[in-house]
Amino acid sequence: MSGSVLYDAPGPRTRRIERIASIVVGLLLVALLVWVIKGMIDRGLFDARWEVFTDPPKGQTAADVWRSLVVIGLGATLRAAVLAAPLAFVLALVLAVLRTSKVRLVSGLATAVIELLRGVPVLLMMLFGLLAFGLTAYEAVVLGLVLYNAAIVAEIIRAGLAALPKGQLEAGTAVGLTRWQTLRIVQLPQVLRLMLPSLISQFVVLLKDSSLGFIVGYPELLRTMQLNYSFFGDQYRFPLFVVTLALYLGVNFALTRVAIIVDRRLAARGQKPEQLEINTEIAIPTNPGRTSV
Amino acid sequence: MDSVIEALPKFWDGFTTTLFLAVVSGVLSLVFGTILATFRVSPLKSLRIVGATLVEIGRNTPLTLVFIFFVFILPSMGYILPLGRVPAIIALTVYTSAFVCEAVRSGINSVNVGQAEAARAIGLGSNQTLSLVVLPQALRTVVPPLINVLIALTKNTSVAAGFAVVELTATGRGLARDYPPDVIWMLLGVAFFYLVITIPSGTLAGYIERKVVFSR
Amino acid sequence: MRRRSTGLVALAAVAALTLSACGDDGETTTEPADVEAADFPEGSTMAELADAGSITIGTKFDQPLFGLVGPDGNPVGFDVEIGKLIAAELGIAEDGINWVETVSANRETFIKEGQVDIVVATYTINDERKQEVDFAGPYYVAGQSLLVRTDETEINGPDDLAGKKVCSVDGSTPAGNIEQNYPDAELVTFGAYTDCLDPLRNGQVDAVSTDNVILAGYVAESPEDFQIVGDLFTEEPYGIGLTKGDDDFRTFINDTLEAAYEDGRWATAWEATAGEVLDTPEPAAVDRY
Repeated sequence: MSGSVLYDAPGPRTRRIERIASIVVGLLLVALLVWVIKGMIDRGLFDARWEVFTDPPKGQTAADVWRSLVVIGLGATLRAAVLAAPLAFVLALVLAVLRTSKVRLVSGLATAVIELLRGVPVLLMMLFGLLAFGLTAYEAVVLGLVLYNAAIVAEIIRAGLAALPKGQLEAGTAVGLTRWQTLRIVQLPQVLRLMLPSLISQFVVLLKDSSLGFIVGYPELLRTMQLNYSFFGDQYRFPLFVVTLALYLGVNFALTRVAIIVDRRLAARGQKPEQLEINTEIAIPTNPGRTSV
Repeated sequence: MDSVIEALPKFWDGFTTTLFLAVVSGVLSLVFGTILATFRVSPLKSLRIVGATLVEIGRNTPLTLVFIFFVFILPSMGYILPLGRVPAIIALTVYTSAFVCEAVRSGINSVNVGQAEAARAIGLGSNQTLSLVVLPQALRTVVPPLINVLIALTKNTSVAAGFAVVELTATGRGLARDYPPDVIWMLLGVAFFYLVITIPSGTLAGYIERKVVFSR
Repeated sequence: MRRRSTGLVALAAVAALTLSACGDDGETTTEPADVEAADFPEGSTMAELADAGSITIGTKFDQPLFGLVGPDGNPVGFDVEIGKLIAAELGIAEDGINWVETVSANRETFIKEGQVDIVVATYTINDERKQEVDFAGPYYVAGQSLLVRTDETEINGPDDLAGKKVCSVDGSTPAGNIEQNYPDAELVTFGAYTDCLDPLRNGQVDAVSTDNVILAGYVAESPEDFQIVGDLFTEEPYGIGLTKGDDDFRTFINDTLEAAYEDGRWATAWEATAGEVLDTPEPAAVDRY
């Protein structure tokens, strides 16, 4: 690890020792993995129960099982996420702009709303929608996702505005733009481009949060998995779990890759100067939203 | 409204359970997250790979699936835990550790290499460099995001409601069943108790964040 | 019509659950009755539904024997058959029924907000719920019971539950009952009853408590693991939930149920579903309150 603040650059002898130690530790870890998998095989976790994906019991076809998971389950997950994301974004934009207002009452209210939404679990918001407002499960899930993520995205936009050099605002004012025009024409376009990777990773969070829908009875991917093992019997939980996990990881890894690629593109095009990066690191060091469910 | 007052003892039980889950898994996540971070900056490549893999899986798996793993899948692999708080704490810890790790790692990375070089140039040993120069600076950048991670953890304890733990959210749902006309009040009560934890913590994070920015 | 035929296959398969013979024809052909909207009083819920040719029915999607949905998306079970019976009386064919999943916690809300026309979902009639919605029926009376491991000797009834872990479902009547009447028992709740089974097998909980009919389904699936102990300690009349105050509709459903008791459609529905595990009971007396 050259360039680390923790170590001096290693010499040839240290490098040799490190390589050997690395291989030994690696082998130990592989052995641990093999031992765990062997234990799973011994308990029959890789036996005929996997036939649920090729030749399922109870008169269902393999196509039915796959369709229920990939088309219906994952489809419902994506439908909730794809509807909630733009709505959350619009609401976030409104909240973030109101927060910059010169009128104390307006900015104070916006801040209060953001704090309230940020402080309450997504699940509770979904329960509110379901039990208090009488929404359908789908609407309740979308409502929870929109409100919660709007607050997080509003914070991301605020951090972006704070990270933008002050000269941008001053330049805008200098050429005679109003404050609102400066925000709309000068600041926000830059902030949004700057924050695109954060926004994409927030979309991953939103997608993961949609799995809470299973508690309110929205038939998304996780609930579909649950309905499947309720139908087939609980010994099928393991294979269904593994496939469900793989589907979530597949989609989320793909999105994370997109975020990384966008990030690099921006850096390469000089849209993200080094100095700005440091500032955003401080303002939103790990991207607060990334830590949700 | 009266029923909310009547239900206060139940709210309190739920609140203390939520607080218990948050505090215990918070402390454990800080420990394991830091260990994971040392994996990720370790000179050993295999440890770095393991650290990165665990973190990536942790960050891309829904918490609900992590819960299902520890509550249902692990027992079917032969490792039986008592139900309730124990698997909930483990699931929350495993999940949160990934985020703690990222916060700590970006904190370490935020310290300029020149700082360590300067420390060595004036004759400090590697332990002194770490404890006197690198860590104090890293800690300052790490604390606000860590508080955010812990706030998220507090909210995430609500997922345990689906897995045999009667914490705040589960209490609220039970009360909504027992007092159908007062659903809104019951849920508002639950929200209030979450805010009692999250708003002061958020304010604290904001305060520290501002101090850090100015001291730069 | 492909959808329908796979539905029948699934139904037959579930019917064959405990029988080794697979050629069993557990099919229940509930042909829509030959009625038109004009046959119902103008402006009534029946006329509206018959006119639209479709009805939205809330049911459980994860309740063995009563309402269970397989990967092909077709619900099966006794509640589902009752729902089809009512739809048929309104002249609505099976593919005119829109099935919506209701979980224990949201049934009243869904009825009040008009997201479903009726709820047939192992829905216990009780006075608290009657303040929010109205009930037709009951069409069956279940009772809460206990499921334990076959090697269990200490638990013989609800009074032995002190200090024991009892598993049930979030927000359900049985869970509330254990909480209120047996406070010494340690209640553990999950999202679905299926989730209680592995913990019971592994010894993480000592009993699973819900209505006897649901438990019977699990005993039928794993007779070597589980048994039901003790008498029924509650009475759970299953009703059909509908909008409060819609008395005409309630009377219509009650009439439909009684007609089905008479001509054997009720018994056929039972035998094709829950009847594979349980004896066919006497139909419950409809309560026209």
